[in-house]
Amino acid sequence: MTPPYRVGDELPPLEIPVTRTLIVAGAIASRDYQDVHHDAASAREKGSPDIFMNILTTNGLVGRYITDHFGPTAVLRKVAIRLGAPNYPGDVLRLTGRITELRTADASSGGASSADTSSDEVVDAVEAIEAVVQVTGGNGIGRHVTGTVAVTLPEPSAKRTGA
Amino acid sequence: MSAPEPARREPRRAESRPDPDRLSPAAPEAARPAPSVSGAARPASPAPEPVRSAPPAPEAATESAREPATEPPTEPAPAPPTEPAPEADRLHALLRAYEGRAAATGGSGRDPVNLPMIRHWCEAMGDTSPAYRGPAATAPPTMLQAWTMGGLSGHPAGTGRSAAYDEMFALLDGAGCTSVVATDCEQEYLRPLRPGDRITFDTVIESVSPRKTTALGTGYFVTTRTDVHAEGELAGTHRFRILKYRPARRNEDAERKAPARPRPVVNRDNAGFWAGVAEHRLLIQRCTDCASLRFPWLPGCNTCGGAEWDTVEASGEGTVFSHVVMHHPPFPAFAPDGDGGPYAVALVELAEGVRIVSNVIGVPYDRVRVGMPVHLEFLVADPELELPVFRASESG
Repeated sequence: MTPPYRVGDELPPLEIPVTRTLIVAGAIASRDYQDVHHDAASAREKGSPDIFMNILTTNGLVGRYITDHFGPTAVLRKVAIRLGAPNYPGDVLRLTGRITELRTADASSGGASSADTSSDEVVDAVEAIEAVVQVTGGNGIGRHVTGTVAVTLPEPSAKRTGA
Repeated sequence: MSAPEPARREPRRAESRPDPDRLSPAAPEAARPAPSVSGAARPASPAPEPVRSAPPAPEAATESAREPATEPPTEPAPAPPTEPAPEADRLHALLRAYEGRAAATGGSGRDPVNLPMIRHWCEAMGDTSPAYRGPAATAPPTMLQAWTMGGLSGHPAGTGRSAAYDEMFALLDGAGCTSVVATDCEQEYLRPLRPGDRITFDTVIESVSPRKTTALGTGYFVTTRTDVHAEGELAGTHRFRILKYRPARRNEDAERKAPARPRPVVNRDNAGFWAGVAEHRLLIQRCTDCASLRFPWLPGCNTCGGAEWDTVEASGEGTVFSHVVMHHPPFPAFAPDGDGGPYAVALVELAEGVRIVSNVIGVPYDRVRVGMPVHLEFLVADPELELPVFRASESG
């Protein structure tokens, strides 16, 4: 998927192996020292089958998924996630995303409308400065995360490529 | 040494042949679909085990990222309760009094925004974006909350969470809602964070839901909002929702605490035997045609094929004809100490000449010997189950 973007565009999936290293590194990088994120014995004592990924790591991975796709000059505006099935070691998190909304400068600055989801008109995409992406992350036991990300699109892509 | 071959039709076969269901490892919690509470169009989520933890600091709530197995309200103001509970929601009325009150005021980040923490984050996330490197680096926006975390040492005394927040959590703990699960994290980023930015934050208790029953247990969704400032300027907001709940008790938990022996299968061919046990009589079948004794109970005579029978009460004296020691799998219901074994299973030859599979008690499992004299006792295995067992005689 390259610019111009359209509502309904699917992002290529990103598969992330859920290793112990990732769970522990993510927990510590987010300064989250809850034992259930690094100590398997303690996690089991609390009824969990193993350590599991903390919410901040999931949040970071969702953010990375979006900026990996739209490029380093895209800027995250909002990341809202809801957790589902836990990420245990040995699983694979598979992130998928779909553009559900494209906002123009007018809309973003408080204007009335964003791109109509039924419209395929490229002009919407060309003028879009912000995209809303629905993100879903499944793992081997269910849906780990669902979320919505608003991202400001890189200017050159939105303005030039479609024109 | 012969195996206890009559076990197939022996009434107490369960003692020597544990119920396969009970030997299967418990299905992982995560593999058990949990019903969706709200019925919203969302696939049923696996239910995790509850994490019991101390009341978290505002930021610590994020740290118990557990599967909610429920449908927490989408809006900050929660939907009506899933169950009408007028009397229980007197607690809700108390909890609501905390809405709008500060959970943390004037907290400050332990460190200014800095490149090493940014690099560690990017390494962990596998994020290679050049935006987070070099002289013009910004912090990944999703790090927002990391800058507010107390870490291992926590925030200095007097900062961080408020008395109101502690009070509210004490109310919930007092109601048995001692477990925490993070359900939602919503962040908005208003300005990039750059190395050197000093972080301060304020957290407000935004809402407390009515009591909700979820697959994890019954409790209350608590939503907080943290405003994160960099150099005094609002840089982002972080809305966070946890479920503070009383964990639902699971049946297998109860079973683990009080393991019960499998129930005998009582049918028309062996009902007389169990009726005898109920009267503390060990009854042996006797063929009325050829007078052969038989055990375990069968519909017909092994010797002559005769269908008619009566019973003889065993004297209760016997000897160990053969025995095995069960080491694995552990089966707490069968071991005297409840630890799952090892325990001895014996084929006891009764004085009348028939043999019965049972346990030998009164002697350690490794002291059971072939030829050991034993005598009948009735063991109250649990309030609903009595079983004939054999106690080793003193000389044994």
